[in-house]
Amino acid sequence: MTPTLQLFLVVSAALFCIGLLAALSRRHAIFILIGIELMLAAANLNFIAFWRFGPHPQPPTGVMIAIFSIAIAAAEAVVGLAMVIAVYRHFRTTDVDQLGQLKG
Amino acid sequence: MNSAAFVIIAILTLAAALAAASLPKLIHAALSFAVAFIGVAAFYFLLGAEFVGLVQVFVYVGAVAVLIVFTILLTRRDVQGTGKPNWGGAIITIAVFGGLLWAILKTPSLSVAAPQIEALTVKRIGGVLMTDYVWPLQCVGLLLTAALIGALILVMENRDEG
Repeated sequence: MTPTLQLFLVVSAALFCIGLLAALSRRHAIFILIGIELMLAAANLNFIAFWRFGPHPQPPTGVMIAIFSIAIAAAEAVVGLAMVIAVYRHFRTTDVDQLGQLKG
Repeated sequence: MNSAAFVIIAILTLAAALAAASLPKLIHAALSFAVAFIGVAAFYFLLGAEFVGLVQVFVYVGAVAVLIVFTILLTRRDVQGTGKPNWGGAIITIAVFGGLLWAILKTPSLSVAAPQIEALTVKRIGGVLMTDYVWPLQCVGLLLTAALIGALILVMENRDEG
């Protein structure tokens, strides 16, 4: 028995939910970024799985979208980590619960 | 496609991702994050997208994980209070996972086996990247340049204002 598309989608959904859990329940800014990266990886896994299980021959659209998505995720990680460093320098903390200055 | 390999990679990836999301020490979480992304790259190899798997290893394990470790070291003096767990996030996560699982398992057209394909060569990817996807490629180049400049400006010390 070879794995079907459903199994890949279940694994990808589990990966997405682990990332969501990290982004929602942790207070440290770097953990939130790790969670976002895990969610992006789950989306990429879906693109590749749908490309592989789709009708063939076809242009490699899923692979292309995954490559562009990895590039954009890298840019997002760089800017996010730079923001973490800037916030740490200003507030001396990376705990997102303490960054409530704009709260009314 | 080998189902034993699938099970092993799935367990490795999900266990590493869970460790990255739940370990209290940041540096351990960052290393688990790297292992989880190696697992995702192994999935890409299993699915026949070897180039994307290699790019994933280069970009995530080589660059992003190292960047996260650097950031952890630069913000090390921060107190690492774990605090009480946030149950609202866990409830939302379980609800989202239930919804996704229901949608995936209830769709009969998703239970298909993989068709036989010819291997996707790097030559083909390069050709498509230079013909059909040349404008997105240029936009990604611009985006990466903007991200580089933006990150530099964000972390630059403003010495005039102190």
